[in-house]
Formats: sequence, structure tokens, C-alpha cells
Amino acid sequence: MTRKRAAVVSFPGSNCDEDCVRALRTAMDADRVWHTARSLDAYDAIVLPGGFSYGDYLRAGAIARFSPVIEAVHAAAERGVPIIGICNGFQILLECGLLPGTMRKNVSRKFVCAPTTLVVARTDTVFTKAYDRLERIRIPIAHGEGNYYCDEETLRRIQHQIVFRYEDNPNGSVDNIAGIVNAAGNVLGMMPHPERAVDRWLGSTDGVRLMVALAAV
Amino acid sequence: MVERIATEPTPEDIDTHKLYARMGMTDAEYALVVQQLGRKPTYTEIGVYSVMWSEHCSYKHSKTLLRLFPTTGSRVLMGPGEGAGIVDIGGGRAVVFKIESHNHPSAIEPFQGAATGVGGIIRDIFSMGARPIALLNALRFGNPNDARVRYTFEHVVAGIAGYGNACGIPTVGGEVAFDEAYTGNPLVNAMCVGLIEHKHIQRGIARGVGNPVYYVGPPTGRDGIQGATFASEQLSEQSASMRPAVQVGDPFMEKLVMEACLDVIARGLVLGIQDMGAAGLTCSSAEMASKAGNGMELWLDRVPMREPHMTPYELMLSESQERMLFVTTPDRDEAVRDVFAHYGLDCVHVGVVTDTGYLTLKMDGHIVGHMPVRGLVDDCPIVEPPAEVPAYITREPTVYPPVTDYACVLHALLAHPTIASKEWVYAQYDYMVRTSTIVPPGSDAAVVRIPDTHTALAMCTDGNGRYVYLDPCIGGRIAVAEAARNVVCSGGQPLALTDNLNFGSPQKPDRYWQLQQAVIGMAQACTVLNTPVIGGNVSLYNEHEGKAILPTPVVGMVGLVHDLEHVTTIGWKNEQDVVFLLGDTYVEWGGSAFQAVVYETLEGTPPMLDLEVEKRLQDHVLACIQAGWIASAHDVSEGGLAVALAECAIAGNIGAKLTMPACALRPDEWLFSETQSRIVVSTTPVHAQVLMRHMQEAGVPIVCLGTVGGNDLVVGAGEECLIAEPVDALRTTWKGAIPCMMQR
Repeated sequence: MTRKRAAVVSFPGSNCDEDCVRALRTAMDADRVWHTARSLDAYDAIVLPGGFSYGDYLRAGAIARFSPVIEAVHAAAERGVPIIGICNGFQILLECGLLPGTMRKNVSRKFVCAPTTLVVARTDTVFTKAYDRLERIRIPIAHGEGNYYCDEETLRRIQHQIVFRYEDNPNGSVDNIAGIVNAAGNVLGMMPHPERAVDRWLGSTDGVRLMVALAAV
Repeated sequence: MVERIATEPTPEDIDTHKLYARMGMTDAEYALVVQQLGRKPTYTEIGVYSVMWSEHCSYKHSKTLLRLFPTTGSRVLMGPGEGAGIVDIGGGRAVVFKIESHNHPSAIEPFQGAATGVGGIIRDIFSMGARPIALLNALRFGNPNDARVRYTFEHVVAGIAGYGNACGIPTVGGEVAFDEAYTGNPLVNAMCVGLIEHKHIQRGIARGVGNPVYYVGPPTGRDGIQGATFASEQLSEQSASMRPAVQVGDPFMEKLVMEACLDVIARGLVLGIQDMGAAGLTCSSAEMASKAGNGMELWLDRVPMREPHMTPYELMLSESQERMLFVTTPDRDEAVRDVFAHYGLDCVHVGVVTDTGYLTLKMDGHIVGHMPVRGLVDDCPIVEPPAEVPAYITREPTVYPPVTDYACVLHALLAHPTIASKEWVYAQYDYMVRTSTIVPPGSDAAVVRIPDTHTALAMCTDGNGRYVYLDPCIGGRIAVAEAARNVVCSGGQPLALTDNLNFGSPQKPDRYWQLQQAVIGMAQACTVLNTPVIGGNVSLYNEHEGKAILPTPVVGMVGLVHDLEHVTTIGWKNEQDVVFLLGDTYVEWGGSAFQAVVYETLEGTPPMLDLEVEKRLQDHVLACIQAGWIASAHDVSEGGLAVALAECAIAGNIGAKLTMPACALRPDEWLFSETQSRIVVSTTPVHAQVLMRHMQEAGVPIVCLGTVGGNDLVVGAGEECLIAEPVDALRTTWKGAIPCMMQR
């Protein structure tokens, strides 16, 4: 079996790109790909990492969605390639319209960096099949705009797309939403950072199973 | 012929009306400039001289004292003088670090003042060619009952967070203290730590006559003009009008400039690089030329400008952020441009290295400034002001009547914002990015893994202005010793330190004496503890309306953790573990948190510090940690033993049953005195005997206090119960204090 290969897209201002590459490499090959790339055809999985693309000026993710690479991300999403947007990457996926809803500032109006406990709501996605349903996993957050919002009708419609919920809501997200997938199930957006939970020295290894699942797609 | 700009005052006007005085220059300094040039300086030239000879750039009041610091050692690869010092950590790698203050800007514009302080120190690190891996800070604020103090605190923290987070560098540690004395003049000291391979070490040097000089970063604006001079004056009610002297930071630009600079350095494309920090283009160009023994010619009309019609004076003195100056060779021009273009950046050819020994400034082909580099950089007149012992200094220790409600005092101490949990602060910092933070904020020192190895760096900042005020020499010693102790408690071998000397006006003899004595004390400690000073910063004139801050030397210490298995934290670990106190306790109330909280005063003499005792303690605690005998370690500092024990319990989420040993002390003295050279350690029962024997043989005082377990912290003395508090109650007090304070 050939080893799977993931693209970690670096936008100007991305700062979790190297962390993602390092975490993914425990399970698969991974390259950093600059945001000017026009094609991602060579990759079996795509990660949009955290950070402050374009300084988060205007609105988190609002400028990155105009990067040349985004067209290739859309094409890959259509083809069913698994795509994860983490933190700023989630915000970019929302801005591109690949996932429903939007992000508001945390209710505290402050950036918050902390370990959090997530409840795994779905285990039938390509990303979460290695977790148990309703399992509690420790994955940290670090964001200022992670307060997920969608209107009530959308919320009813996407109930089945909710993948992770916060056990103790740190930012005000509706329905404690920490991560959602698209209807097709191949695009995941999550505010918590699984790449920061891959080593016992970092306090949690619960992110490893997500990387392994991605490599097994 | 040096021409003047038509809109600027003439050299004659500058002389007659003493316009140089407004730039902070004395008559004697002006006379020396005239002598150096052989003529009266133009407005541009006197501006350049004024910032180069400001305290901030010239260290004129502190240079003689700084020579007392030991600055060499077997591991020191680069000492003071460059952007940052460098220490070898083996394997062809080195650690680069420095601390710097941004006190005055933060006093009048807290968010941007703090943010740009962080930006400046990051540039100092990557301009050495090092990858920044961690940020720390040391913050001092006034009495939080004052709404302006709370505003300053909130926005300084937000400014640090906003900048560091966006650059992707974790803010892993620091300290925050509150005291009335800092009300009009907060302290914001930022430290950055970087990693480098020896072969990539850069210097800010303008090598090779004829080589091009490049400018990279955003355009130059009218912000921060005379910032270095502003930093060298006292604050007053009028300081708010200096707000234009505070720069505005753009961390996104910083991130791009950082990545691009590290890229060109890794490709071997630059000969010398320096950031445009204090005094902007002036200081970077003059220092780079000086270090090479060369001259430099700058074409100011080519400097990217944010606003039209900027004058040479403005271009040379602007402190617009995120700008770098570098020298390369003519044949690398295209390669350099390509790298910067990848990051969406322009670099501009703004000058050339010359052999004249002069800094020559040209605007549209006309010479508008021509000054000897050596004169600018090295010839600032050194001042050795008179020192005088302040009237308040006493040799009489303080005595207080007994306090008997120990639990009440403990809660009051835990609620003091200097001691209380700083989670409200550090939760705003992304302390995890780069996925190397092994020990996050909240322990004695932060521990950051060195990527791809089983080793790590332990780092912390420390400095207690209350001790320094009462006896600056002892206080200086304590600052160094406590920082080293914190590194040791975390499992690291202290390597070296960077210092930030925050003091009042050196022109006042009693304040200069504080500075002098503190440096003497710090130098003594550095020598005995074998931790050389590899760089730092001096921030004088920290006064508001003539009232000085507490003299506050801040020490930023970095240590090497030889094996991740040595990493040690403060929290107790397991039921039945045995708790020991290392070090003797004396009645020492001066400068203590007990004195601040219970008596709301600052008097007496600070705790003494015997450096040989301290060294022995640190060496043996580190040896026992490395032997695997120690489960937790926590140094005893503000609030004394009682607070240290409470912090061990809270961090470990477990109680303990402890007994005060029979001794001549009163319980309140034993619990709250701040005697130095003490560490609380815990160990598994298996290792208790061997630990005890080791310390006894080494001559380190050791006493068994009891065992870990249960949900309560219980401390007794004979039949008497001194403290019996649920750990949850202690945590509630300790954690709730700052959020509660900020809700007012």
C-alpha cells in the first residue's frame, strides 16, 4: 500500500502549518503547500491550518478565501477528498461557503487558550471513526473568534453534521458546537487543535487517532 | 557641503535658541557635537545625535555599571552588544535570548505600547538568524483599585496577546505584580527566546565596501519620532501629548518579515542584518557601520514613505515598526528580491557601505547629513553621576506582633493580585503554538522542548522591586538567585541570563545609588551561580510626576533540561508522597507580601541571601531531580511557605497533612516569612530516605513536613492546628481574585 500524502496549505499569516505537518507525519506524508498553488490533485488529504491568515484583518478567514489555492480546495471537496480546517482553517472554510454558519468573537471578547474536553458526536465520518461515540477527548483551543453561529433553521438542518461538541462551552458557540462536517461528510471544520494533542509531553494524545484515521482513508 | 532643509531651523537657530535641549541634549553634549563636526550641526544631524546619545541607545548613565556583570563563560557564544546574546546548548545548536522594556509607550498607549514591545524583541532575535520559539514578559502595574490601572493592565495584556499570538510564537511565561509605586509608570518588559544552529549566526555588521544596503518592511511614517528620547525622560501629566511617539504594530507584517528574513539568512544571502528598533534607521545604520569599522551612505529619497514630503529628520528618526536593514553583495540582488517577493514583500536598495567612517545622508542627490560613525556610536560622553544612600534605608529589621488567624492571612495572600492565579492573563496568550510547550504558564518556570530532541529549555522572569527598594544590593542578588532557583525547580541547569534594569532618574543621587547597588548585587549572584549576563536593556527615568517606581531589575533566565524526564512541576503528585522543606527559615518580614497585605507598608530590611548557601541548594536539588528522586519542586517566594504549600496543593489538586517542626519561630513567622534559599519538594516514600541522606551529607538543611493526601491542606504545630483548609477553597480564592478584580 502506498503511503498517503497530505497537503498543509500555508497562507500568509498561517502559524500552525508546521505543527500540522509534524503531527500528520506520525501517520502519513505531509507537505507544506504555499497558498499560490493552483492544484492539489497530488494529495489524498488537505489541511487548512490555524493561525492568522492575512492578520485576520477585516474578519478571520475573509481575505484568505480569495487566495489562488481556494479554487483547488473547492475542486478537491467536490471530488470527495477529505479536508480539515482547524481553527483559522475552519474560519476559512466558512468564509468559502464549504461549511454552513459563521464565527463571532468569543463571548468573553478575549482570546482564549486552554485545554478543553470535547464530546465526539459522530463516529461514522472518515475523520472520527477511531473514536467511540460520546467519548470525551482532550483537545486544546486557542482562538479569539470561535463562537460558532448559525440560524435556528440551519441548526436543525445540520444536527447530523455536528461532529464535536464542547463539554464546557468556552466561547458561546450555539449548541456547544466545536466541529462540523459538510453534508457529504468529507469536509471537517473544527476550532480545537488536534495537532496539539499528539504527544504525552503536550498533555494529551487524543489528536493522534484523527491523524491516523485521515491516513487510512 | 551639508545642506539644510528649507523648512527646518538653521544651525544658527539651533545653537542660539538651544533647540537641542528639546531633544534631550545638554549644552556640553551639543558642544561636543560641534567639536566633532567642526561646524554647527543641521537639524537632521542634531536629531540623529540626540537619539544616538539618548540613554536608550548610549547607556551613558549605566555603561560603567554594566561592566561589573560577568559576560563570558564556556557556553557563551555572543555576549552583550549585538541584538541578543547567544549560548551554546550542544549538538551544534544555541539559544538566543534578550529582554527589553517598553514602559513609557505602554504608560500612555497600553495596547500598542505593549504590542510593539513584543514586536521589537522578536526582531532582535530573528535578526541574529534565530527562530523565535518562546516569549515571556514581566509586568508591573499600580494599585488595581484605580480604574486607569485596570485599563492599563487589561490593554497591555491584550496588546501582548494580539501581537505574539498572530506571530505564532507562544507566550509561555512571565510574572505580573501590582504595587502603588507603579501607578503612573507601569513596567512592560518583553523577552524572546530563539533557537539557532551555530552556522547561521548573524551579526548586525555592514561588511564589504561597495556592498548594497537594503531596507525591507512597511513604509516609514511619522510615528515614533524621538521615541528613544521619550523613553529617556520622566513621565508627567503632559506625556499623553507624546502619544504620536508611540508606534502602531502590525503583527501580520512582522510574521512575513520574520519568515522572509529567516529564509534569506538560511540561504546565506545576507552579510549583516539588524532591525530598526529604537531610533529606527539612525541606530541600525550607524551601529552596523560602526561594528564593521566602515561608513555608510543612505539615499533617503529611496526610503519607502507612508506620507508625502517626509523630511530627512523624520525618515531618520521614525520608529515605524517591522522594518529591517541588511547588507548583501551586488550579485545576490536578484536572489534576495525573489525571496522577499515570495512573501509579498519589497526590499529597497537604500544605500551603500563606504570606507569613509562617516554616516552620510543624501536626499535627492544633496548631502543633508555627514557625521562620524564612531562619534555617533562610541563617543557619547559617559556620565558617572554621584550616588547617595537614600534616607529611608535602614539596617533595623522589622518586628510585628503575632498574627493567629493563619488561614485568614493565607486567603488574603492568595487573593493578592501579585500572588493570585494569572490564568486570566495567560489564557489570552497562545502558549501552545509550535507544539513544544511541555510546562505551560503557572509553574516556577516554563519548559519548552527543543524540537526533534529529548531535551528542553526552562525559562522564567523574576524580580522583586520591594526587596530591591529596601536594599538594592541584596534585592539584586535575590532577583538572580530566584530566577535560577525557578529554573532548577523545573529541572533545568541555569545557563545565562538577560536583564532589564527598570529604575528612576539616574540624575538623582539616591536613585542612581539604587541602580549601582542593584547591579553590584546582581553581578555577585551571577558570578557565584555561574550565570553570565549575555545582554539586556536599561530603562531609566521611570518616574511619574517626580515619584519613582520601585527599583526593579528583572532577570530573564534560561536553563537547559538535559532530559525531558527531568522536567519537574510544582504540584504534588501522589497520595503518600513525602513533603520536605529544604533551607532554613528566619524571621524576615521586610518587603514581604505579608507586610504588604497585613500592614500595607514597605519597611525594614529584605531577606538576606547567602550565595554559597543558595548555590549548594540549587546544585543538589538539580542533582536529586536528575537522579529521579523528586516528584515535585517549588521555590518559596512571595507569601512565604504557606503560599508555597497552597500552590503545591492547588496545582496538584491534592491536599497534605503537614507539621511545623519544633523550632524557635512563632507559627506566623514560619508560615509567612520570606527567607530565601528555600524549596518545597515532594518525593515518593521509596526515595524519601535517600533524598534526606543526600541533602544532609551535602549540608543542605532538610526537614520532613509530612505526607501528601486528602482534599485538605492541613498544617499543625504539636497539638495545635494552624491551617486546615479544603484545597478547593484555596483554589477558589486564588483563581477568583483577578477575574473578580477585573469585573469592577
